[in-house]
Formats: sequence, structure tokens, C-alpha cells
Amino acid sequence: MYHHLAVVNPPLTGNPLVPSWTEVIWGGVAFLIVFVALWRVLLPRITKTLQDRTDAIEGGIERATAAQKEADRLVDDYKAQLAEARHDAARQREQAIEEGARIIAEKRHEAEEEARRIIAAAHSQIDADRQQAFASLRAEVGTLAVQLAGKIVGESLEDEARQSRVVDRFLADLDASQSTASGARSSS
Amino acid sequence: MDPALCATAWKGDQVTHVVAVGASCTPLNTHLYSGCGYPSPSIVDFYFKPIFTIGNFHFDKPMLLVLLTTVIVVGFFWAAFRKPDLVPRGIQNVGELGILFVRDQILRPQMGKKGDNWLPFLSALFFFIWINNIFGVIPILYFPATSRYEYPLILTVMVWVLYMGIGIWKQGPYGYFRNMAVPQGAPLWILPLLVPIELFSNIIVRPFTLSIRLFANMLAGHVLLLVFALATWYLLSLSIGLVYSAVSFAVLIALTGLELLIQLLQAFIFTILTANYIAGAYEPTH
Repeated sequence: MYHHLAVVNPPLTGNPLVPSWTEVIWGGVAFLIVFVALWRVLLPRITKTLQDRTDAIEGGIERATAAQKEADRLVDDYKAQLAEARHDAARQREQAIEEGARIIAEKRHEAEEEARRIIAAAHSQIDADRQQAFASLRAEVGTLAVQLAGKIVGESLEDEARQSRVVDRFLADLDASQSTASGARSSS
Repeated sequence: MDPALCATAWKGDQVTHVVAVGASCTPLNTHLYSGCGYPSPSIVDFYFKPIFTIGNFHFDKPMLLVLLTTVIVVGFFWAAFRKPDLVPRGIQNVGELGILFVRDQILRPQMGKKGDNWLPFLSALFFFIWINNIFGVIPILYFPATSRYEYPLILTVMVWVLYMGIGIWKQGPYGYFRNMAVPQGAPLWILPLLVPIELFSNIIVRPFTLSIRLFANMLAGHVLLLVFALATWYLLSLSIGLVYSAVSFAVLIALTGLELLIQLLQAFIFTILTANYIAGAYEPTH
């Protein structure tokens, strides 16, 4: 029956191991095209990318480790600084409290001194005024008594109306003399 | 009608896609109980009428499929690796998966890291064979070009030239053949027997088995699928044949799955043996 198949590729012999050289060359060329495309063009690109990716990942891990170390160091620093600051603040607070207490005590002491001094000055002033008052009163009361006695003796004290008139006049005179006396003292 | 004539006509007309012979039995009307015999597949199913012919050059279906493989493999990796990103996306992921499979499952176990220069050759080999094999179960195409001996043969010739050449270049002509023929520690008296066997095995049997393994697996797989595909159609008739046909179809589906596995496995074996032979040429394996 094979005589029908004279034009097939390869000529049909019934033995599949007998090759058609056209197809051998065809297959070889086809494979070489695939091989050269992968070898010269495509695989260099992807192996480079794979290498870059490995580098990038390794670099990334390294950078991350470095950053982690830096962060740890900073945290330690901050903690130390914070502790120091707290310590300082506590110390300063302590100091301030002490200072305040000291100032308060000092001021209280000063104020007490001042008060004592003022009170003493006031007392001595009062004493002096009283002495002066006594002195002036003593002089004036004598005079007044003499004047009053003179008036009482100079006029008869018949009735109550006259008596009171005399007293009133005396008092008015007294007021007048007192005001002139005080005006004279304040101006002196 | 004469059953023998019927079968011949059937083959001549359709299964072989070659010549039309005036006959009443065609694959389309050949069924159980129709008077025509089962059109069993045979070696003629691996020969095709040329699609076109220029002088002595006959362009047929296997050549078209090989061309298609070249376009697919180069096109796929071009799409995947044309502008590779550091962060892979889409098709680049798939391409990297394929290349890294060849590198980590085939190249590295056989050749170690120093064999990385061979990645383009082994990748090309693996994907060229695999895609050609896969065409055996792709609808419409339904033919593994590797079931034509020419294609495994030329690949094997290249591999043979490569590993012989590298062996002679790296170990020196004398050293290479001595290492090949004289296993270390073999007693002297056995050498007259061992040396011819080793030389024969390494120089002739190796490439022969490498190519035949791929070719025969693909040929047998294609015949197997043909048997059940033809049977499914042949048994299809309004009779008990309907049941036979259904069973045959179920087996066809199961075998298609098996073929997918074998196609990958044969591409893998061919490539890993190539890697092994080349690695052995760099350093004596014994």
C-alpha cells in the first residue's frame, strides 16, 4: 500500500528510525533559534534581574538591620537623657522647695522684725505724745481752773440759768483758746 | 466489501492524510457493524502529506508544529523577560518559575552552581521538547512533533557533540576516554571485558537511548490516544457499541491526563540526563 505515499516527508520506508534530513535540519535550526534567543537576549536579562533582586533584598535587610541598630541606640540615648532630665527636675524641685522655704522664713523674720520695730516706734511716739499732752494739759488745766474760779467768784451764782450760762461761756472760751493754742502749736 | 481493502483504503485516505483512494469506507462512515473493519492506527499515521512543496523541500505538519514551538517559546520568554522588573508581575512570574524550575530542579542537582552557564542551553532544551510534546494533546494539533525521530535525533546529536567535545577539551583526549573506559578500582583482569563495554555504552548507547526514550514515549503515547480516539468513533453506533464507545471515551480522557504527565516527564528526563552527561564531561564521574 505504501506506493501511494511516494511524496511524503520522508519517503515512507516503514521504519520510523530512518530520518528525513530536511526535518533534521529544520528541527536543529528551530532549536538553535530558541537557544540563541534565550542565551544571547532573554536569559541575561532575567539573570541580571534575579541578581539585582537578590542584592536589593540583601541590601534591604542590611539597611534594615543598620536602621534597627540606630533606632535602638537612639532609644537608649533618649531613655538616658530622660532619666537625667527627670533627675535634674527632681533636684531642681527640691532646691526650689528649699529655697522657697528659706525665703519664706527669711521674709517672715524680716516682717516680724519690721513689725516689732514699727510697734516699738509707735509705742515711743504714743509715749512722747502722752508726755506732751500731759505737759500741756497740766499747764492749761491750771490756768483754766484759775480762770473758772475767777469767773465763779466774780459773778454770783443765783439761779440755775445764770449758772449754766456761765459754764457755757466758759466752755466757748475754752474752745476758742484751745483752737488758737493748737493752731499756734502746729504752726511752731 | 472486502474488509482488507476497506482498511487499506481507510489508512490511505484519512489516517495517513496522504492519498485518496476511491473507496466507500472513510473514517467518517466507518462504524461498528457497517461492514468495514476497525481502522487501527499504525506507523503511517506519523507521515503527513506536505502542506506545500518547494522542489525537494516538503513542508509538513510536524515542521509546522516545530515552527510553532519556536514561536511560542521565544514569544513567551520575550513577553516575560523583555523588560524584567525587580518586582515581578504577571507573565514575568510565570517565566521566572519556568527558568528557576530548570535551574533548581535540573541544572543545580547535576552540575552545581558552577554549571549556571548552561542554563540557556538546558532551558531551551527543556521548553523546546516540552512544548513539542504537549502538542500531542492540544485540540486540532494533536501531534507531538517529538514522535518523529528526526527531532529527538538532532537534539541528541547536539548534546552528544557537546559532551564529547567538552570532555576532550577539559580532560584531554586520552584522559577523557581513559576515564570513560576504565572505572577506578576495577581489577586488571576484567578490563578487556570492561573497556569495550564502557566505550560502547558511553559513546553509542547513551545518545541512542537518550533519543529513543523520548521518541518512543511520544510515539507510543500518540498511538495510544489514536487507538481510543478512533475506537470511540468507530464503536459509536445505535447498538451495544454506544456503551463501548462511552467507555473508550472515558479511557481516552484518562490517557490524555497520563500523556500530559509523560510529556512533562520526558522533557524533564531528557534535560536532566543532558545536564548529567555534560557535568560528567567536566569531571570524571567514576
